[in-house]
Amino acid sequence: MIEFRMPSLGADMDAGTLVEWLKKPGDPVRRGDIIAVVETQKGAIEIEVFDDGVLDATLAKPGEKVPVGHVIATIRRIDEAPGRAGGAPLATVEPAKAAPAATTPKEAAPLSRPEIPTLHSAVTPAARRRAAELGIDLTAIKPGSDGVVGLEQVEAVKRPGPERGPAGISFEEMRKAIAAAMAKSHREIPHYYVSSMIDVSPLIAWLEAENARRLVPARLLYAVPLIRALALALAKTPELNGHYIDERFVPAEHVNMGIAIAMRGGGLIAPAICKVETLSMDLLMDKLRDLVARVRGGRLRSSELSEGTVTFSNLGEETADEVLPLIYPPQVAIIGCGKIAERPWVSEGKVIVRRTLTVSVAGDHRVNDGRRAAQFLSRLEQLLRSPATL
Amino acid sequence: MTDAELAELVKSTLIKVAPDLEGEVFAADKVFREQFEVDSMDLLNFFIALHQATGIDIPERDYGKLETLSGCVAYLKAKGYEQ
Repeated sequence: MIEFRMPSLGADMDAGTLVEWLKKPGDPVRRGDIIAVVETQKGAIEIEVFDDGVLDATLAKPGEKVPVGHVIATIRRIDEAPGRAGGAPLATVEPAKAAPAATTPKEAAPLSRPEIPTLHSAVTPAARRRAAELGIDLTAIKPGSDGVVGLEQVEAVKRPGPERGPAGISFEEMRKAIAAAMAKSHREIPHYYVSSMIDVSPLIAWLEAENARRLVPARLLYAVPLIRALALALAKTPELNGHYIDERFVPAEHVNMGIAIAMRGGGLIAPAICKVETLSMDLLMDKLRDLVARVRGGRLRSSELSEGTVTFSNLGEETADEVLPLIYPPQVAIIGCGKIAERPWVSEGKVIVRRTLTVSVAGDHRVNDGRRAAQFLSRLEQLLRSPATL
Repeated sequence: MTDAELAELVKSTLIKVAPDLEGEVFAADKVFREQFEVDSMDLLNFFIALHQATGIDIPERDYGKLETLSGCVAYLKAKGYEQ
């Protein structure tokens, strides 16, 4: 029997509230299937299963707050007879997911704190989706006479107060989650910073020509070729891509890049796009669009919050020149980009105007030195020099 | 289409791509980026939705004209949008 545990969706999570089961005992499940929805400080998250089998029993009830690492369901292997517990060795939750919770000093804090709103009534999936769209906090909705919150009950509720984000996320709770993760980062990770100003005129010229050929719906944002170049450079610099667990660095096989996406009104989430180095620019654009939409008004999946191997923080247009971000543990590097603007640039002894971008890398000194990040930046610069080959 | 109708079309199009702006009051001349904290992705989705709603091809160099409500209305009029 496989024990399915409450996953840790980042260094900042110590418990989650089960919202609903999307599979019932007896249902077959496959690796990657979404079996439950869990409410966290980052909103409602779809929880994926890691094994193939049959859902045997659900041990947590909707509305129940469960500490990270506790068993919430059992899954029977395909060749296992029903009700035969303990036949197969217990599968443990993947170490990368269990480790942050087990080692965080925050575990001493009482878990019964009302950190995460608890849901007591059943909610229909349509009502949940509508409430997320409207930015309505589900805990604020009175159920109907049958005890169920349906579309009618959601529609009856007025607009939410300003303290709630678009996906029903409490900004106060999200700030606590960011505070927990960043305080841990600042306390435990000896950061170093390395940065380069890169001439991105060729990149922008290439993109303008490319977009001029495309209709509006098929156009790319400059973040797309930039992310592609970052992923290719990271794939060649494995020292910056992975996790620091139990006092050692575990490099990752693929570049799963967390993309810091801001919420309107405050807060941010950095869900990951997996295997970025394998994606074409069009596919990457689709994934980015989908991710932004789901951060702002939908639902993220557990793998997107737990499988990031490095993070990218892009300030974007009309912002500031440079950003020096903090690493998201247990990752070992974060890359920050300021805005692209026309700036003076020296070439062959002459000062000319070029469009430039300052790229910063924060690295974990327990794992490597600034020299590695400098190598990464020089690889990135080379890639951005010939964008057509990306 | 009157200016007011065009303005309604622009507003509803932006709300379609950023549903959390429903019910917000739009200033005529304030850029969307500052007024609503929209970013490049929201703006691109807005241009796509505007293109789909009106059939007007919007070249990238025109994006700067579409940063405010009044700018959008003027742009649609200049393109002869009449539906």
